[in-house]
Amino acid sequence: MTSADPPLPDPLFPLPDAAARAAASADAATAAPTAVDLLADAGWLESLRRQMQRFARLQLGDDGAADDAVQDALLGALGGAKRFGGRSAVRTWVFAILKNKIADQLRLRGRSINTSSLLAEDDDEPRELDEMFDARGHWTPAATPRAWGDPEASLDNRQFWVVFEVCLDGLPPRLGRVFMMRELVELDSDEICAAVGITASNLFVMLHRARARLRECLATRWYTDGQPC
Amino acid sequence: MLTCRQASRLLSDSRDRKLGLGERITLRLHLTICDGCTQFDRQLDVIRQVLRRYRDRDEPGDAAPPTDDGSGEHK
Repeated sequence: MTSADPPLPDPLFPLPDAAARAAASADAATAAPTAVDLLADAGWLESLRRQMQRFARLQLGDDGAADDAVQDALLGALGGAKRFGGRSAVRTWVFAILKNKIADQLRLRGRSINTSSLLAEDDDEPRELDEMFDARGHWTPAATPRAWGDPEASLDNRQFWVVFEVCLDGLPPRLGRVFMMRELVELDSDEICAAVGITASNLFVMLHRARARLRECLATRWYTDGQPC
Repeated sequence: MLTCRQASRLLSDSRDRKLGLGERITLRLHLTICDGCTQFDRQLDVIRQVLRRYRDRDEPGDAAPPTDDGSGEHK
């Protein structure tokens, strides 16, 4: 892992597999834009910065700290931009740097503040699960997952992404934060537990709740809405 | 026998840790008789795929090709 303000020697930022694969395939493809091209493209950079900020804010819960982390990560990325090509490889790589900045921040806070204060802001009764399952642990009729038709097709529908963001934003902040750490930053369980100061079993409960909520939100607002039962 | 609540928890956990042999067997058995949990399992895969796409796409709110009119034709 990194110190609070690392330079960017490569071994400190091992590429996630996805980035390595994407980078490799981008090499094979003709004329993928390089990281240098992309980071010099104001429009692309702005869109990337917005996504990073949104992500960092969710993780850190504080605009100032989030802006700092994003700034640091982008500067770090500019310093080492030569080896990468292709949009998703560059994005994954920049997010990997941001992930380290955020983990540093969280670690620092863990030492200086009571960790529980980081997580104390929502009520955390797992009520959603009590509503999805009956007393015997079966799905209630309303909550029973039903087939989603053709999920691939949704990915090409602009409206779907609006609904998806609404559902993602609907997660309580604490759940949303660990869920994004797991699914978007792809931290493993140990890293998340260490950064946030919870036990593995807490984490698994939270991820279960987050997935169940997100699934139900998508089912209700997108996949079954307007479809005959 | 697992309840659906327990099965859905194991399905979630299996995305984050390696399940034990006993867990895998009871889960497999449960899935053979439970359509709801089978759908839950598939949909967790869909959600993961959607999140990766969300992260890696180029423009927020702009994952759709221009051919789509966004009329909300749900599939």
